[in-house]
Amino acid sequence: MALLEIDKITKRFGTNTVLDDVSLTVDAGEIIAVIGRSGSGKSTMLRCINGLEPIQGGRITVDGMQVNDKATDLRKLRQQVGIVFQSYNLFPHLSVSRNITLAPTLIKGITEAEGREIAREVLQRVGLEEKLDAYPDQLSGGQQQRVAIARSLAMRPKLMLFDEITSALDPELTGEVLKVLEDMAKSGMTMILVTHEMGFARRFGSRLVFMHEGRIREEGPAAATLAEPRTQELETFLGAVLH
Amino acid sequence: MIREFGWVDVLYLVFAMRWTLALTATAFIGGGLIGLVIAVLRVSRVWPLQAIAVLYVQAIQGTPLLVLLFVFFFGLSIVGLPVLPWIAAALAFSIYAGAFLGEIWRGALDAIPKTQWEAGSALGLGFGEQLRHVIMPQAIRMAIPPTVGFLVQLIKNTSLAATIGFVELTREGQLTTASTFQPFAVYLTVAFLYFLTCFPLTQWSRHLERRSYGPA
Ligand SMILES: Nc1ncnc2c1ncn2[C@@H]1O[C@H](COP(=O)(O)OP(=O)(O)OP(=O)(O)O)[C@@H](O)[C@H]1O
Ligand SMILES: [Mg+2]
Repeated sequence: MALLEIDKITKRFGTNTVLDDVSLTVDAGEIIAVIGRSGSGKSTMLRCINGLEPIQGGRITVDGMQVNDKATDLRKLRQQVGIVFQSYNLFPHLSVSRNITLAPTLIKGITEAEGREIAREVLQRVGLEEKLDAYPDQLSGGQQQRVAIARSLAMRPKLMLFDEITSALDPELTGEVLKVLEDMAKSGMTMILVTHEMGFARRFGSRLVFMHEGRIREEGPAAATLAEPRTQELETFLGAVLH
Repeated sequence: MIREFGWVDVLYLVFAMRWTLALTATAFIGGGLIGLVIAVLRVSRVWPLQAIAVLYVQAIQGTPLLVLLFVFFFGLSIVGLPVLPWIAAALAFSIYAGAFLGEIWRGALDAIPKTQWEAGSALGLGFGEQLRHVIMPQAIRMAIPPTVGFLVQLIKNTSLAATIGFVELTREGQLTTASTFQPFAVYLTVAFLYFLTCFPLTQWSRHLERRSYGPA
């Protein structure tokens, strides 16, 4: 069974339909690159997947759990689905270590000492082990974003969602964050990335999803789809982003 | 019998000061508890609870403190409770402080970016956990300066309790004036005593405003 199944979902904000009949199936280990113009519904789709936004129609199932069902424990769901935002959203009043251990200690009932071991391990994965006791505002943007990734990983999710996580970073810092994503890709993590990094999408994306006006306009193997778009909209979009 | 305003009188004023402080402390604690509830109701996502909080704040902020004080002082006797100025003042000031502290703290909670709530949510934390571990610690930092500012207001406003015969600093000043006929010297002393209490608080709140996050 697929890890994630999005089945004909509709999302409206008031009368504004933002996602219209969107369906997507993701198997474990896949890396989906989502691209599309501003306002096409990319972020909204990610937010629906982990239940941050309610949907008005259709169904989303993650690892057998139906997201848009009152009976579903969102706490459980969010242990399975990590999300990282463009603006990091670290907790500024907590040390790096505590940022990472907060949710596992509250939700999984592990001790602070066990949590710290997990923090050390996930920080190692993002190359920031030495920042265990630093505070967010002592870190660069790229480092903060890597801590945010580590914080999500600490919950041991099966699926990771990334929403333009390098867009706020300059090229040098983007590189260090992409490196972390590469390592995760190689380790077999299932990921959905909203991104402007076409190079990354081409090399590591198993599939490309192009969104246009709230619908998935085109979908296919990443490299091939980028090389030869089938729709006029994707061709125009790629022409604009690749100059 | 008229006598000179002397050191003994100053000493009495200083002693009366402790009732000013006691009333302030009581109102601050009582008002703090009420304010905490009001602030949390305001950020809850349940509109009837929000409405209750808004109504409370509007009603209290729209009433002169002096009137509130009279309502409790004279009102309690009508319902058959003993009219102790102390009780009436403590109740009125707590209710008054609750509305203002509630508003101050709601403002601080609101000032924390929504993305912080969301980050907590995305990690699976519930509303209470987000509030307690993510939002409040940040909001408290922001709320301290205006809270201390309000505390200074509260100290000065307790002088209104003199009108219902509660002998705190200002009332003691009135009594001293009555027996010495030296209002200028007396009230100057009273003013100075208020200043001595409030000034360090103001300085402290300024100091707090300059702090930032980091290792302790
Ligand atoms: N909370 C909200 N309330 C109302 N409308 C919203 C809200 N969030 C998003 N929208 C609308 O939904 C549409 C899709 O927004 P979304 O953020 O998903 O786009 P996006 O593809 O991520 O764009 P970008 O590349 O700019 O991030 C937009 O028209 C936006 O105005
Ligand atoms: Mg977006």
